[in-house]
Amino acid sequence: MIELDNLQKRFGENRVLRGLTLNVERGTSMVIIGGSGTGKSVALKCILGLVTPDSGTIKVDGQDATTGDRDAFLARFGMLFQGGALFDSLPVWQNVAFRHLRGSLKKPQAEARELAIEKLRRVGLKPETADQLPAELSGGMQKRVGLARAIAADPEIIFFDEPTTGLDPIMAGVINDLIREIVVEMGATAMTITHDMTSVRAIADNVAMLHEGVIKWTGPVSQMDASGDPYLDQFIHGRAEGPIAAVR
Amino acid sequence: MSALLHPLAFIGALVLGICGTIGKVAIFMARSFSHILRPPFYPKELGVALLNIGWLSLPVVGLTAIFTGGALALQIYSGGSRFSAEAVVPQIVAIGMVRELGPVLVGLMIAARVTSSIAAEIATMKVTEQIDALVTLSTNPMKYLVVPRLLAALITVPMLVGIGDIIGIAGGYTVAVQNLGFNPATYLKNTVNFLEPLDVISSLVKGAAFGVIAALMGCYYGMKSERGAQGVGQATKNSVEAAAILILAANFVLTGMFF
Repeated sequence: MIELDNLQKRFGENRVLRGLTLNVERGTSMVIIGGSGTGKSVALKCILGLVTPDSGTIKVDGQDATTGDRDAFLARFGMLFQGGALFDSLPVWQNVAFRHLRGSLKKPQAEARELAIEKLRRVGLKPETADQLPAELSGGMQKRVGLARAIAADPEIIFFDEPTTGLDPIMAGVINDLIREIVVEMGATAMTITHDMTSVRAIADNVAMLHEGVIKWTGPVSQMDASGDPYLDQFIHGRAEGPIAAVR
Repeated sequence: MSALLHPLAFIGALVLGICGTIGKVAIFMARSFSHILRPPFYPKELGVALLNIGWLSLPVVGLTAIFTGGALALQIYSGGSRFSAEAVVPQIVAIGMVRELGPVLVGLMIAARVTSSIAAEIATMKVTEQIDALVTLSTNPMKYLVVPRLLAALITVPMLVGIGDIIGIAGGYTVAVQNLGFNPATYLKNTVNFLEPLDVISSLVKGAAFGVIAALMGCYYGMKSERGAQGVGQATKNSVEAAAILILAANFVLTGMFF
């Protein structure tokens, strides 16, 4: 279980997180929604240690995320970045097998390549893709490679940062379905941040609405439409008028 | 405008800014060196860096050195003829190339070629979240990106300086023998007899120092770059400027220490 308690983070004068409290149950898929600049990415980065919170606590299975063996902690996570964040200098298979080619999970090269090709197949990419460079792939294929890399080491927890941004609706649907299938199949805990309401309905077990650095509403996706929360209602219906200022 | 209205505040802010940057670079350097001896090591990345920084810089270094050596021979001959000292061309070319021009020009060419490339590459990786991705893949960016480049520069730039010294002297030799009528054997004898071991040692030590500066500035500005294309451009520009200035300053300090 992931527990965020009263997380605060400020960048200069900009208070991004203002007491974020959120629990994500093991094996469930939590989707955090909210406008741009509300702190969704910062929250994920705080959990991973990419950003250090000013105050508050982060616990994963009851253990403080900021203490203990960092490598062992990070080995439990996989992350799909918004832009893919694939290493341009490495072919696709080496991107996917990155963890298996170095460090504590190092395997013989042939075995690492086989595992990478298997993961590429899992996300619907042909083995021929393995030797291509990321720049030779379309946006949708790069997302799939990013997804293959995120699941390559069979992580317990997977983060998805805007998984469908920049994709056409059909490819977005394919990625949403893949994420849902993989999370269910692996029994992983998933945290996704997105603006895309189609993604929310396809991926989420639970939804949290983040606004001005705090959670305004959280609950099962099935209750989202009848929540009665004015912030959530405005966001899911894409209305310009409501408690969330259209110009921020 | 505010600099004109409040000159003291401007100077104070400038001094504080410079002190802050020196402190940050010093901490970055200490952190980088602290990772050199601690595992994990990335030999493949070191190999790639050795190739990029060392081998692929050879053409630029060679061309710079040969033209500089040739021009130096012409200048010394022309200047020396004013007081009948044309015969000192081999000695001055040798000492000029080995003590000063070889290391400094190689250092500056490395700053232009390698520092800019390192800064642009790492800054782009930062902008596209590849550095964050490295962290999530349990890989320390300092060990994976900085240490191999730093080590490669430390190893290869002294070699490049040595090669540049030899090619520069060869350039001077070619011009002196072909155009200025020097006897080849006498030219070589004068060159070899005049150079002392300290000249060569100082040249190689300067090469090592300039290599570290060039790689460090590229890595530092790349790692601290801001988001966006402008951030990458700014990081690249700042890294080359800082490397070039530090190389020239370090050259002055090292020359003072050696001679």
